[in-house]
Amino acid sequence: MTESTTGVAAPLTKAPAADPPPPRGRSTSPLAALTGSGVGRNLGLVVALLILCGVGAATAGERFADLDNALTILRLAAAVGVVSIGMTFVITGGGIDLSVGAILALSSVWCTTVATQTMANDVHWSTMVIAAIAVGAGCGLVNGLLIAYGGVVPFIATLAMLASARGLAEILSNRRTQIVEVPGFDAFFGAEVLGIEVPVLLFVLVAIAGWVLLNRTTFGRRTVAVGGNPEAARLAGINVKRHTLMLYVLLGVCCGIAALMLIARTSTGSSTHGMLYELDAIAAVVIGGTLLAGGRGTIVGTVLGVLIFTTLTNVFTLNNRSISEQALLKGAIIVVAVLLQQRFARRSDSS
Amino acid sequence: MTDDDRGTVPPETLLELRGIVKQFPGVRALDGVDLLVRAGEVHCLLGQNGAGKSTLIKTVAGVNQPDEGSLHWLGEEVRFPTPLAAIKAGIATIYQELDFVADLTVAENIFLGHERSSGGFLQRARANREATALLTRLGHGDIAPTRRMGALSPAAQQIVSMARALSHETRVLVLDEPSAVLDQEEVRNLFRVVRGLVAEGVGVVYISHRLEEIREIGDRITVLKDGRTVATGLAVADTPTSELIRLMTGRSIEYVFPERTVAPPDDDRRPVLEVEGLAQAGVFEDVSFTVGAGEIVGLTGLVGAGRSEILEAVYGARRPTRGEVRVDGRRLRRGSVDRAVRAGMGLCPEERKSQGLLLDEAVSRNITVSSMGRFARAGFLDEARERRAAEELTTSLDVRPTGVTRAVRTLSGGNQQKVVLARWLMRECRVLLLDEPTRGVDVGARAEIYRLVRDLADAGVAVVVVSSEIEEVLGLSDRVLVVREGRVVHSAPAADLDESQVLDLVMEGRAA
Repeated sequence: MTESTTGVAAPLTKAPAADPPPPRGRSTSPLAALTGSGVGRNLGLVVALLILCGVGAATAGERFADLDNALTILRLAAAVGVVSIGMTFVITGGGIDLSVGAILALSSVWCTTVATQTMANDVHWSTMVIAAIAVGAGCGLVNGLLIAYGGVVPFIATLAMLASARGLAEILSNRRTQIVEVPGFDAFFGAEVLGIEVPVLLFVLVAIAGWVLLNRTTFGRRTVAVGGNPEAARLAGINVKRHTLMLYVLLGVCCGIAALMLIARTSTGSSTHGMLYELDAIAAVVIGGTLLAGGRGTIVGTVLGVLIFTTLTNVFTLNNRSISEQALLKGAIIVVAVLLQQRFARRSDSS
Repeated sequence: MTDDDRGTVPPETLLELRGIVKQFPGVRALDGVDLLVRAGEVHCLLGQNGAGKSTLIKTVAGVNQPDEGSLHWLGEEVRFPTPLAAIKAGIATIYQELDFVADLTVAENIFLGHERSSGGFLQRARANREATALLTRLGHGDIAPTRRMGALSPAAQQIVSMARALSHETRVLVLDEPSAVLDQEEVRNLFRVVRGLVAEGVGVVYISHRLEEIREIGDRITVLKDGRTVATGLAVADTPTSELIRLMTGRSIEYVFPERTVAPPDDDRRPVLEVEGLAQAGVFEDVSFTVGAGEIVGLTGLVGAGRSEILEAVYGARRPTRGEVRVDGRRLRRGSVDRAVRAGMGLCPEERKSQGLLLDEAVSRNITVSSMGRFARAGFLDEARERRAAEELTTSLDVRPTGVTRAVRTLSGGNQQKVVLARWLMRECRVLLLDEPTRGVDVGARAEIYRLVRDLADAGVAVVVVSSEIEEVLGLSDRVLVVREGRVVHSAPAADLDESQVLDLVMEGRAA
């Protein structure tokens, strides 16, 4: 499918095609019409990414423009990417989750305890996978119950989870890094298919599944409705509370998957995993074009947002520039992206 | 300044618009509008939804800038680049959706943006005193300036908004459908206030869909149609209603109610909807009624009498403390909308935009939102089929403009209402609950909606209509229930009641 079907922007962009008489594109400049559409928004992100790649190639030369480096970027993007896909759903549904990094940490610690690893070696390595996902889903469930049924504001509920989950992770691990010694686990996540590592493939699979779920299923349609106008969604017969709950569980599961990727990459489980992932994920989702207020979401935009940030980190690292400079530029990118989006949003609203 | 020697000198012209054109991408919202507002008159602005009334008042209020034409204020050509410029000049606009800060007090709201202060410190006592003075001028000294705005009734909030307008040196007051949220007594009160202002020399621009109100309060009328002025400065007293309707619609129609089905509902059959002993503490008590297949039951009463609340409780959107609701004999779980919908109920809520529609979503998606299951296999939607089904419905309901992929926000009120109705047609619901189905709907679309509701009833749907317009309830329903202070005080076939009887019941709780 083309990008024009991503998110809610689709009907707007299609309208002129369906109704020949008032072609909106003609009254505004073609560029504006293009950038205002769903395709254009993503195109803008692609251009930004290409510029970034150009800068990388110019400053770091072959060390950047290299297949191995591209895979490095993807490897780095995988974990935060999966979290961002889940975050796209929660934000589109009108919520926010600050606890993703902490859930990831707890998940990584829980599934690498001596007990779990022993069981993984005795029974099957997938015990770790199940444990990680179950912990993620459990935390998401708690978030969802508090928010949907307890009436706690998402910001506060997940802020509490942010504190508690990482605290629990520290208690469980005794603040020690837990080294993974499960051959089956390493073999699976270390494997390559067509030269691409499993975590990267997982990221691609999660992204595709996320796109289909958001754009092609009743679940996705309800997510947009619940985020766009919860009262109207409720009166139309959608069980808004249950749906909200499911969104947080879905994000929890994504955190579990991301925890596994991080464990595979570092061969450790640690209560310090996933530090500040909440900020990276929210930033990627927002620069991708998902409305922070809910009601409009785009998976492709999120993926591009993740890639932009990861490539930025890569370019800076290759040039031995400091993390502080990186952070500064990241902030600037977020502001510019959001300002541009608002301009486009206004332009399409006025029609 | 506000002295007005009517009779001796011709009344002063406050505001004049000449040939105003406003173009939006793809739409020419205003296409040559003339308007002349004099001091001390109530100038009514009439026109169907989409005729350009909202755009026009936004242009006067400085929200929009006209592309062509000129604006004259006290004889001089002016521009209002911002809403503040218009307010400072003396034009206050009170929009249909009141804007205020619910958590501030009445006085704080009145002086919002031009607080009474000295050296940066608020002078609360002075603000409260002046607020009371303004409210008293409006005949509402009873509204305490220290009350929280959100705690007031919609009618009182409107009065406070008017006081806010008067806190500036306002010479023209624009009221956009001020009576929409008011009951009859409150409307009368509003008229008293408006007459008081007019006597002080304020020019009032009054927008309403209710022709009878315009008869009562208006001096002159300007009629808009398709962004053009089709008649201006008509004297209310010498213009027959039929003429006004002809000007607005370009054709002659009256409020037409479809004829009742001759055969009364079969009494032997079990009613589709049964409500028994429904109560919510402090809101309504002991509400029982039944609606048969093909029957339309009207629920009327004052705003605040509990009509909408009863409807919401029947639908499960509000949790009753006692009582039960049955559809086709099956009891529904209390306070669960999705159960009610699954049992075959549908609601067209009172606040169409905030409660009924996903405004930025396509028409088709708004129609299918309650019956997505029909277009999904294992959760995957067949969008082409969904769109086709929505198209069939919009064609048969004559939703305009056509094209189900356009955002529902771009439709007029009447067409938006049709979209909400289409949602429940799609769902093939057994019980349809309508809360103020024609609020903000123009005359032409009204008749279509009445027809549609009657057709649905004829097809066997049980319909409940809540409306503050007695004429509508009497004309549309088979049976009328009158609600007063949370109780059903009267139930009778609509044919046995007339408007004055219902009015008595609504106000006094007993028939005259």
